[in-house]
Amino acid sequence: MPTASVVKKSSRAPQRVANRVGRRAPELIFGDLWAFDPAPESADPKLKPRYDLFINGKFVAPKGGKYFDSINPANERKLTEIALAGPGDVDAAYAAAQRAADGVWGKMPGRERAKYLYRIARLLQDRAREFAVAETLDGGKPIKESRDFDVPMAAAHFFYHAGWADKLDYVAPGRRVAPLGVVGQVIPWNFPLLMCAWKLAPAIAMGNTVVLKPAETTSITALKLAEIIQDAGLPPGVVNFVTGAGDVGAAVLNHPTPAKIAFTGSTEVGKIIMRSLAGSDKKMTMELGGKAANIIFDDAPLDQAVEGIVNGIFFNQGHVCCAGSRLLVQEGIADKVLAKLKARIRTLRVGDPLDKNTDIGAINSRAQLTKIRALVAAGVKEGCAMFQPECALPPKGFYFRPTIFSGVSMSSRVAREEIFGPVLSILTFRTVDEAIEKANNTAYGLSAGVWTDKGSRILKLSTELKAGVVWANTYNKFDPASPFGGYKESGFGREGGRQGLLDYCKLI
Amino acid sequence: MARLPITKTPKVYVGGAFIRSESARVFPLRDAAGDFFANIPQCTRKDLRNAVEAAAKAGPGWAKRTAYNRGQILYRLAEMIEARAGEMAAAITLGGTTPSAAAREVAAAVDRLIYYAGWTDKYEQVLGNVNPVAAPYFNFTVTEPMGIIGVIAPDEAPLLALISLIAPAITSGNTVVALASTTQPYPAILLGEMLATSDLPGGVVNLLTGFRAEMIPTFATHTHLRAISAVVNAAERKALALGAAESVKRTILLKAEEKRDWFASALQGVDAIRDTVEFKTTWHPVGA
Repeated sequence: MPTASVVKKSSRAPQRVANRVGRRAPELIFGDLWAFDPAPESADPKLKPRYDLFINGKFVAPKGGKYFDSINPANERKLTEIALAGPGDVDAAYAAAQRAADGVWGKMPGRERAKYLYRIARLLQDRAREFAVAETLDGGKPIKESRDFDVPMAAAHFFYHAGWADKLDYVAPGRRVAPLGVVGQVIPWNFPLLMCAWKLAPAIAMGNTVVLKPAETTSITALKLAEIIQDAGLPPGVVNFVTGAGDVGAAVLNHPTPAKIAFTGSTEVGKIIMRSLAGSDKKMTMELGGKAANIIFDDAPLDQAVEGIVNGIFFNQGHVCCAGSRLLVQEGIADKVLAKLKARIRTLRVGDPLDKNTDIGAINSRAQLTKIRALVAAGVKEGCAMFQPECALPPKGFYFRPTIFSGVSMSSRVAREEIFGPVLSILTFRTVDEAIEKANNTAYGLSAGVWTDKGSRILKLSTELKAGVVWANTYNKFDPASPFGGYKESGFGREGGRQGLLDYCKLI
Repeated sequence: MARLPITKTPKVYVGGAFIRSESARVFPLRDAAGDFFANIPQCTRKDLRNAVEAAAKAGPGWAKRTAYNRGQILYRLAEMIEARAGEMAAAITLGGTTPSAAAREVAAAVDRLIYYAGWTDKYEQVLGNVNPVAAPYFNFTVTEPMGIIGVIAPDEAPLLALISLIAPAITSGNTVVALASTTQPYPAILLGEMLATSDLPGGVVNLLTGFRAEMIPTFATHTHLRAISAVVNAAERKALALGAAESVKRTILLKAEEKRDWFASALQGVDAIRDTVEFKTTWHPVGA
């Protein structure tokens, strides 16, 4: 976050006077006027030139002998190459997982399973900076986010769930629980390591074994986690990673072995998976898309709210399923909020993800950049007023300026479709009921934000909003102890907390 | 001369009213001896959609009732069945069940309602909790009813199975559109009359009779049904799951081909309530 600021020199009134009530504060100018020295994070990500599949506790070459390139979206340069799994490899991974479930992991006392998870958490903390750099190189997210959020939160998930492994009698009161057996998991590219931890930790704490496929653009940190899994001495086959694109994901999900499928990704793909599993006995959890409303009432602390709006939509370049992509502002303060927001967005630094000052890094892939551009073009065509700050973008790599649309109507594509990029759509409302109606008028229901000084209003909104997570006077907060997941077409099942464990067990 | 008794015209209970199918179709119900008993409404997809509309209207009011009030209403429903237990048992014997077994089924259904009546103001304390997050927030997870639940009852245990599927859903404030046993629909017709005198607001439970093959496609695809709780065969499971994918609907599908003892206490529990609630987590800052 930039800390330096200057007052426009030509401004006639000194700042002291301008801050008086009734006088507009002078605008702060950033951009090219105030050049930051580069502050690159220099820790060694320790990447291998090539990553194999991780099956039965070992790195093994894919049976087909094929690899694909993993590039850095910040400069489009190749980072390493990743094994391309085939159906035979998926079979081998499931065979290993089944052996581990039957032979070791399912029978192991919970207190012993717990120790392995604790070890993984500790070893991940040891190598936190290395993992953060690898995550940023691979996915394009700012180093300050991978360093301060993704990696520590991933470790926290293992640590939290470790403690559950020997306390499973408390998960479902009145019933006893048992592991499901083998679980197949497919995760997205927006939080590669963190999603891996969200999926693995509850599954293996409960005594299941796993075959997991990371996203094809972001497989590196999962495979680095495999090194930690080896170092931790986790029994072979408890966790297996197969890498590749959508066809490998389909092979993982449609395989006959797993008793349960867990998917995080788009609603569109979630529906395809639900259809393909129709008629099977597999249990499912789906963590799908969102189009969250971030609702600002006129009594909200505005400066704090503006920070929350910025964090809500520009965190991780907006590649967040629960991003606050629809801003609902109470009419009386709409102009003021828009002005503050524009001023704030001008100060965001877009660029090299490895730079510690960067606020918005690289878009994860060219395909995603194309999708964002298309939806933004649709917003312009529909007549929404677009604002983007002037800022220089690096010559190579996938970048998109933070963008806000004002004057957006409920029917607009930018208000209905998940953009999954740094694009905010602003709508207005007059009454509490109108805010609730507009917030709920979507097929999604993952999250929502409420900004107001009034506690009773927060609780009313949190009761009425059809969303799995409601943030009051904050946004995008996560914790292993806090269940996360959606209503309606944002999916079903929860991740985190006691409720998350319920989705990885059967009641006996 | 002996008096000719007045027979009842079976009507289904939808939106708090007793109606015939909009299609005006019926199918004959025969008793265990094969004699004609009555004509049962053969409800249609349109009836199902109408019932969903009634359930949607009743939903918000029912969900907003206090848990104590919902508990008393479920208890009242049990009272209404208990008071007419003999009549209900006779309805069950139509399907060939012995009178003593039928009486046991009615008693078990009443007990099941009492069981869930007691849960209304307790399940939240068991399913929800405060979460100790590593930041200055009061973070709590509570449950909310999903909305309208589609229930498809099995042919067997025509009262007890139907009650066992409906009760946990309405305990938490959901509303229900249920398709009764096709082979033994009459207990559901009687149940409608008991629902009508139970203080349960009209539209909270809507009971349809008819043929599964006609209705399952609409149960599967109706986007206002947020979950399906059903005892169904393999083909029906597939059809329901395929339709559910279109709107990411929740499905709780028990296998019709597996035998289950509806009397068993394992078939009731707080986890059955959990099947039709959503978990909502709220982050509230702690500060001055």
